[in-house]
Amino acid sequence: MTSTLLNEFTAHALHDMLIKGEISSLDIVQAVYRRIDEVEPEIRAFVTLTRDEALRQAMDADERIRRGEDVGPLTGIPVALKDNLCTRGIRTTCSSKILENFIPPYSATVVERLERCGAVIIGKTNLDEFAMGSSTENSGFFTTRNPWDLSRVPGGSSGGSAAAVAADETIVALGSDTGGSIRQPASYCGVVGLKPTYGTVSRYGLVAFASSLDQIGPLTKDVRDCAIVMNAIAGYDPCDSTSVDRQYPDYTTFLVPEVKGLRFGIPREYFGKGLDADVRSAIDNAIKTFEEMGAIPVEVSLPHSEYALATYYLVAPAEASSNLARYDGVKYGYRAQGQPDSVTMTRRTRREGFGAEVKRRIMLGTYALSSGYYDAYYLKALKVRTLLVRDFEAAFEKCDFILSPTSPTVAFKIGEKIDDPLSMYLTDIYTITANLVAVPGISIPCGFGRDEMPVGLQLLGKHFDEGTIIRAAYAFEQATGGAGIRPGLKGRRPESKCGDRGNDGNGGRGSVGGGTCYE
Amino acid sequence: MSSNLSGSSDLIGSGNLSGSGNLRSSINTSARESEGHREYEEYEVIIGLEVHAELLTDSKIFCGCSTKFGAAPNSHVCPICLGMPGVLPVVNRKAVEFAIRTGLALNCEIAEFSKFDRKNYFYPDLPKNYQISQYDLPLCRNGYIDIPADTSVLSGGPDDSPGGRPGEKGSCTGAGIQAGRGPVRRIRIKRVHLEEEAGKSIHEGQNIVESSFSLEDYNRAGIPLMEIVSEPDIRSPREAYVYLSTLRAILQYIGVSDCKMEEGSLRCDANISVRPRGSTRYGAQTELKNLNSFRAVEKGLAFEAARQIDALRRGERVVRETRHWDEARGITVPMRSKEEAHDYRYFPEPDLVPMVIEREWVERIREELPELPGARKERLMKEYGLPEYDAGLITESRAMADFFEACARNYRDPKIVSNWVMGELSRLLNESGKDISEVPVTPGGLADMLKLIDEGVISGKIAKAVFEEMFSTGKAAREIVKEKGLVQIADEGQLLNIIDQVIAENPGPVADVAAGKDKAITFLVGQVMRKTQGRANPQLATRLLRERLQEGR
Ligand SMILES: [Zn+2]
Repeated sequence: MTSTLLNEFTAHALHDMLIKGEISSLDIVQAVYRRIDEVEPEIRAFVTLTRDEALRQAMDADERIRRGEDVGPLTGIPVALKDNLCTRGIRTTCSSKILENFIPPYSATVVERLERCGAVIIGKTNLDEFAMGSSTENSGFFTTRNPWDLSRVPGGSSGGSAAAVAADETIVALGSDTGGSIRQPASYCGVVGLKPTYGTVSRYGLVAFASSLDQIGPLTKDVRDCAIVMNAIAGYDPCDSTSVDRQYPDYTTFLVPEVKGLRFGIPREYFGKGLDADVRSAIDNAIKTFEEMGAIPVEVSLPHSEYALATYYLVAPAEASSNLARYDGVKYGYRAQGQPDSVTMTRRTRREGFGAEVKRRIMLGTYALSSGYYDAYYLKALKVRTLLVRDFEAAFEKCDFILSPTSPTVAFKIGEKIDDPLSMYLTDIYTITANLVAVPGISIPCGFGRDEMPVGLQLLGKHFDEGTIIRAAYAFEQATGGAGIRPGLKGRRPESKCGDRGNDGNGGRGSVGGGTCYE
Repeated sequence: MSSNLSGSSDLIGSGNLSGSGNLRSSINTSARESEGHREYEEYEVIIGLEVHAELLTDSKIFCGCSTKFGAAPNSHVCPICLGMPGVLPVVNRKAVEFAIRTGLALNCEIAEFSKFDRKNYFYPDLPKNYQISQYDLPLCRNGYIDIPADTSVLSGGPDDSPGGRPGEKGSCTGAGIQAGRGPVRRIRIKRVHLEEEAGKSIHEGQNIVESSFSLEDYNRAGIPLMEIVSEPDIRSPREAYVYLSTLRAILQYIGVSDCKMEEGSLRCDANISVRPRGSTRYGAQTELKNLNSFRAVEKGLAFEAARQIDALRRGERVVRETRHWDEARGITVPMRSKEEAHDYRYFPEPDLVPMVIEREWVERIREELPELPGARKERLMKEYGLPEYDAGLITESRAMADFFEACARNYRDPKIVSNWVMGELSRLLNESGKDISEVPVTPGGLADMLKLIDEGVISGKIAKAVFEEMFSTGKAAREIVKEKGLVQIADEGQLLNIIDQVIAENPGPVADVAAGKDKAITFLVGQVMRKTQGRANPQLATRLLRERLQEGR
């Protein structure tokens, strides 16, 4: 008999059980926290847990379900939020010392939308400080570990959200993606992650990194959950002027395992130097799978790809240098004490409050915007951005979606790249362009590479055509069985196995004494 | 009553120049010339003004907070105008409309495509440490205001003013200008753009250096602010003053700003340079700050012009710098260079999408534009037969012109109304430092009072006292007259008693009258008025006095 803990299920599976009255939201939330108690000391996905509030929300959801009122697919479902999403009354740190004790008096629009759906917020997840990084090693607090191998990074910057989903510490999670920050950790942790078209999800309450690139999106265990979360968070928001007022579809209608006749573009620039052989072979297999399903491969070219990284590292830091100027110790957040005047106070506050990578990007951006350099750097970058948009327009004339690896490698070891920012930046080489050209992208598991680490397959769609990539991702998932196996927390210290919690758990796979389980 | 016109010397350069909408004066060209500004013969002064005006929208430019002045510190704030993490701005459409309305009133081109940019600099009163402003695509460009040229500085040369048309005859868009139909100076408007206001720092103690802490009030942060930049077409400090009053009148007329310099809702920085007459190159300019009143603008610029001309005369060079107008000492002093070395690192505001300004909207705003001061001046001259001087002064403030028209519609003689408005009403406003909207006297009240004079109930002299009372209490004239027993003595018997006394007490003047010196009658009437505290009807008193003297012969 195999029994599965509630926290290991998908949202849609749990929803079916909830409405049948087989389980309660409280059961799910308790299962999630049991798992958190069990593995969190080693995964370290969460910056803040909101246990009391979550239990209350779960009981509210159960009441809603009992009355049969306003019950949606996320009612009673645990959600983890990346800690750059503002939550009213719950501290929102961006994993930065400068906001370590910041409690916003408002919630992000996505948080309000989730709460209206009856979702249960279980905690705030770790990230690279202000979402600047690809491993969570730049967190001002601690590094999150990859549930597949605790010696490796979970990717970033939404590493906490990706790891929490992969380790079954939550059912679904939200992340934010400025240059790959949802897709790359999804790839490294073997989960599904979607960055929507810019303008699809309101950025109100998302602490800005690079305003023209940031988008919020789901991290989930399968494609169906991804579509369900998208239904909850996508939509026009008058509070975000860059949010697009249009009809958004029911994303679950694209969950059809049928890609016959769809043309998928293979950009030759994404399969050259720098792509690890193990990742390449997993992607080649994926291409074969699509062909077997009747999709048609088309070779496409994105000729300006080689400039994308440089463009990104001008645009994003430039915007960040301005967005992060508000953290000055005057109004909220960390303040260096005992300074002689306000100029010195602000200077010291920022010196002490920001980490090295944040400072590096603020300096890069300040430089790029400075008079005398603006035309050569920032303005030039905007022009290249236009060229990249044209590349994609041309490519999408030949195909319905673009297929590529999400990252050139599998998850790397903690500490491996932290002293070499450029090699860290290169892990986002296939993801950043989608942000620069504002198209949607999804990363789904497509097998394993070196050291049995998961490999992610990236599908990029046309503007506002999340539908096609969700459909293709769903078909692929149906054909391959998704990630298949679950992460094993390789490298876990034996004494920390759940035996030390006084029950007969078997490493999180089996029934935990007294807990609700589903067989 | 016509004596009130000569009383307009009260108005010139007097009273509350910081501007609460009271009547302001005009270029008195002859006086200027006689003062002999000889430096203007050799040197030409080049001035451009940057004016900031807070807009009269109900809510702030990027959030829903109130813009009301005078609330408790940090009570009109929200996460957005406090620049908290993750919040986003949404443009207040009204603010954009007000800027467009201003552009139209200033004869500007209205952009079809405009956007906001970030101006980056650190200051504690700036919540985000960047100001959302407009850099290269302002809402309005290439406008102008015509003002009467300061003829004391006109050389008459064709290149006297690059944008102006000296010598051109025509009417001015400006109000309150008394230069007659003299030469007009066209001051080109380079741009009008929108931005957000900063908060206010309050430093504890005497000054910022000794201060042990500072407090920030963000109520003002995010109030919509309009920057109006002129080309360097202004040729004298006096013209700068007139340009400013004209601009203020227009902004008040179109209802976009209350332009109260004392509350900071209107601010002005000035750029000034001088060059030898005939030169086509600009000299090094200085920027003047801390010009906190209209008078300070004129005085500061006059000082700075003289300082620069002196420097050139001595063979020295003018340093390009920012200077601070020290009101108390009446001089300008250089500001620390640190405060001016700014690289604002402008870039397009990514949180706001560019604005496409629909032409239909612009046309609608144009159609709704109220009558502007210049047009109203013309109309007052035509419709009410006012002299240009009166029409100019009265239309300088919309409230004043409204008051005039409301009163004139209820009274037979507009010129008499105009005399009262420019005379007593303006004097009392200047003395009290109040705006016409803040005092209880009404146009109907004034009309009623004027009718009392016509009816012979009160004399013109008593009327001034009555009006003063009306001005402060708002009571009706009739009521005041009754309460204070100010009714004119029109009873012949009562007056004759007094006349007899006056004749008995003044044998000399009586003899003079008998000797045919008719002037002495005026003296005797005056004595009657004195004895009655001005309540005697002067016409009746004169007649009775003559009759009595005749009889006595
Ligand atoms: Zn506000």
